[in-house]
Amino acid sequence: MTAPAVSVRRWQGPAAFAAVFSAVAVLALVAAPLLLEPFRLGLLAKYLCYAIVALGIGLAWGQGGMLTLGQGVFFGLGGYAMGMYLKLNDAAGDLPDFMVWSGVEKLPALWKPFGNPVFALAMVVVLPVAVALLLGTLVFRQRVRGAYFAILTQALAAALVILLVGQQGLTGGTNGLTNFFDFFGRDVAADETQRGLYLLVAIVLGALYLGARQLVRSRFGRLLLAVRDGEDRVRFLGYDPATVKTLTFAVSAGMAGIAGALFVPVVGIISPALLGVVPSLELVVAVAVGGRFALAGAVLGAVVMGYARTYFSEELPDAWLYLQGALFVLVMTLAPSGIAGLAANLVRRREART
Amino acid sequence: MEGVLNQLPIGLSIGAVLLLIALGLTFTFGQMGVVNMAHGEFIMAGAYTAYLLQGVGFLIALPAAFVVAGLMGLVLERTLIRRFYGRPLDTLLLTWGVSLMLQQLARDLFGAPNVQVASPAWLRGGVGILPYNRLFIMALAAASVLAIWAYMNRTGQGRRMRAVMQNRRLAATSGIDTGRVDQRTFFIGSGLAGVAGVALTLIGPVGPTLGTYYIVDAFLVVVAGGLGQLRGAVLAAAGLGLLNSYAEFWSDASLAKVVVFVAIIGFLQVRPQGLFFVRSRALT
Amino acid sequence: MRNSLWRTGAVFTLAAVTLAACAGQSSTNDTGASSGGSDTIKVGILHSLSGTMAISEVTVRDAELLAIDEINAAGGVLGKKLEPVVEDGASDWPTFAEKATKLIAQDKVATVFGGWTSASRKAMLPVFEKRKALLWYPVQYEGLESSPYIFYTGATTNQQIVPGLDYLKEKGKKRLFLVGSDYVFPRTANKIIKAYAAANGMEILGEEYTPLGHTEYSTLVNKIVEAKPDAVFNTLNGDSNVAFFKQLKSTGISADQMPVMSVSVAEEEVRGIGVDNVAGHLVAWNYYQTTDTPANQKFVAAFKAKYGADKVTSDPMEAGYNAVYLWAEAVKKAGTTDVEAVKKAAGGVSLDRPEGKVTIDGDNQHVYKTARIGVVQPDGQIKEVWNSGEPIKPDPYLKTYSWAGGLV
Repeated sequence: MTAPAVSVRRWQGPAAFAAVFSAVAVLALVAAPLLLEPFRLGLLAKYLCYAIVALGIGLAWGQGGMLTLGQGVFFGLGGYAMGMYLKLNDAAGDLPDFMVWSGVEKLPALWKPFGNPVFALAMVVVLPVAVALLLGTLVFRQRVRGAYFAILTQALAAALVILLVGQQGLTGGTNGLTNFFDFFGRDVAADETQRGLYLLVAIVLGALYLGARQLVRSRFGRLLLAVRDGEDRVRFLGYDPATVKTLTFAVSAGMAGIAGALFVPVVGIISPALLGVVPSLELVVAVAVGGRFALAGAVLGAVVMGYARTYFSEELPDAWLYLQGALFVLVMTLAPSGIAGLAANLVRRREART
Repeated sequence: MEGVLNQLPIGLSIGAVLLLIALGLTFTFGQMGVVNMAHGEFIMAGAYTAYLLQGVGFLIALPAAFVVAGLMGLVLERTLIRRFYGRPLDTLLLTWGVSLMLQQLARDLFGAPNVQVASPAWLRGGVGILPYNRLFIMALAAASVLAIWAYMNRTGQGRRMRAVMQNRRLAATSGIDTGRVDQRTFFIGSGLAGVAGVALTLIGPVGPTLGTYYIVDAFLVVVAGGLGQLRGAVLAAAGLGLLNSYAEFWSDASLAKVVVFVAIIGFLQVRPQGLFFVRSRALT
Repeated sequence: MRNSLWRTGAVFTLAAVTLAACAGQSSTNDTGASSGGSDTIKVGILHSLSGTMAISEVTVRDAELLAIDEINAAGGVLGKKLEPVVEDGASDWPTFAEKATKLIAQDKVATVFGGWTSASRKAMLPVFEKRKALLWYPVQYEGLESSPYIFYTGATTNQQIVPGLDYLKEKGKKRLFLVGSDYVFPRTANKIIKAYAAANGMEILGEEYTPLGHTEYSTLVNKIVEAKPDAVFNTLNGDSNVAFFKQLKSTGISADQMPVMSVSVAEEEVRGIGVDNVAGHLVAWNYYQTTDTPANQKFVAAFKAKYGADKVTSDPMEAGYNAVYLWAEAVKKAGTTDVEAVKKAAGGVSLDRPEGKVTIDGDNQHVYKTARIGVVQPDGQIKEVWNSGEPIKPDPYLKTYSWAGGLV
């Protein structure tokens, strides 16, 4: 009886985590670029961008109990900040192409600072975090939560989409921002650049994952869990749940912003359709599929769902909606804690047997 | 000036549409705490019922759609949602999956393009700026509200429904079959979506994505009105309709929508529980 | 704590498996592409088969597949059969870019037929330009574009909007109200309309945009009623047309009193709107199902035979159908499917198509098309009431129109 216990314990230490994490890192950073052709690698980079958003959702929803259906808003803010810089950089002093055909004659004041890469990169994080802090302060102080919060964030996403679409001269309208050439001195479409971008996305995801994991394991993380499971009790203990929730919400928004900024050079477009209700919901569902209570589950869910979407829409384009819908229903009914929960159960059962 | 005055009845008629699409949600969301994203697809089912019953008679389509959508809701409740009571957020994701499948089903059954539903001849023409079909929708909304009010307050079933909503355990111990009440509530809530679908064929497109156009608005009405509150939903729908009507009149349709959303977020700052709020021990 | 670590491990392992699956799939697809290359020519078809645009784009896909069938039945191109690879753009612009990349990089298709919305074309444009591959875009659009790797077989503004305005002017409709969906095509179209109006003594009484998918038009109709225009110029897209026409009709204003000139309403849309609501109103296109040419009789008959007698044909479908034939003709002329050779050979390629004679303009890769104004009939068909007589030279930047000087 002692031997298996030892082996189990061996898997629990920080060393074990380090081993698993580095194995995946090697796979992602070395094996994937070698094995995958550029087109597939580009797709994987896109899924990893979504995985960064999913990580934030896992934090806010899985750990904090805040079901946010408006992560697209923050993804979009980050994406547009990056897109605006790239557009101005390509235009090299002239007006960006879409402004020309929208009849804008002078660069709008809102755009001017985004010509500066440092400012634009800062805005990638600052804008989403600021909006999330504002919204969180307003909403959580009023103790709006649960389905109300979900519906409100959904309305926010819908409103932003309409706003972006309506301001064509300023935002590119429905088309969004597209047709980029130069990414910090490199041809954005070149295979080399794309491979570099993939590595960048993977490293950022890994770093954010470690950071989020640290956060969850900290005192703050335990407080967050407590807020999720019994907000009133936490309040009676003298803590302020609204602050805890607002800060977590802001962190998840910052992650979505970074993901949006990386998404733009990887995929080559940012448009209002990417920040609407449906993409936000799809990501939440991806997190549910992966397993909302484990951060790694959220990441996995985003990659699996992204891959499934591509695969099924290539193989069975007409049936994609059925499959997607059926998958949600099955996961929600049979495995509410997702793949990660299933895996954990499996392992637990084996442990019980030994 | 005439235009400004005209916006008043227009606003009320927009409000009537909002009320119709949201009424069912005051049952499923308000009473039971189920965030039913497939509500829009039940509306669509009602609209397709009207399409299939063309020639039989528009007025017959109303009860028929109520039954069709109601049965769909009942099946959904029995097979899936019943396992999710007390987990509103999970019902949201679950029913979204269902709504995707229903959209594709409609596409396979009726084709991707919109289908044509002709308005009955007796609804052509109008009074002033308001056409008869708008007046009909307003009348239908009013009649639905009255019927619901009477059902909730004047029948044994309605009393039991309120009892279960206010205190499920106590209701159960008093001998109320809460499972049956849940089924009935879901049947009525979904059926009302079907009725709304029939009404919408008078003014809008009938196609597989019909539900997606109305779902967010419907939830906002219920949220602004206060959960499960009939008078809240009525007032919220009328208010949002008027706001929308005047905001669009003085700006444009895009801005009007943004104004409405911002107004709701702002409003919930003042009254986080909506216009009316009754403390209850609902399933949430 | 123990469980969460186990979970992490299990999840990472699964991630690894997923990655491996990605790799596995890509390698199998590779072999598929190379073996298929010998006796067939792969062509990509990329339209929205799901989402809001599916309603329109599915019919274009059907028309393109019909053309491929017909060409194959007649022996194919360069002795090889065409093999369509169909992908779903899902009404989502980044998906269009992703699927275009997939068709080019992985399936190695000779050309792609696809797109409907301007946004989907703008999203695909960099993909085709950077990979030097060909896209045939079959829908009327807002002009101001001429990508060297896109062929535009639908109308540009001077083949649809400008003739529509000429017609209204000829009929004495001088006070216009502009209604459009909120995106690039309506906004650009309305800019052109305003410039035209200014130069021709016409008056614009209002210009209103509604979000795509908008269905509440009572306020807008009230604004129109108050402005009392001679005619409405309508650039609404998709489902919004249904709501707009239903709600306009219920005010009791007849098409004789105030006609609506639409540029995105064709036979297919008329059915969804309901003939009652739109009969008597005007549309501007290059082709109708009723267009009287031998090629069209053949097209309509073949389409109904393949997809059902109740189906209708429309302008974008015909433009998609043409695109396949024009590309095939250019390939025959070039003797190869090589993109640069086909581009060079395409200029001047001329065919008798359902809409009449179409010729590719080698300079801007648009097509000479005959403009036609039609009136919606009570049976749902569209009757031509005016045409330009001969195919109009495409002018996407309106360079030959003096009043359009300030536009570009």
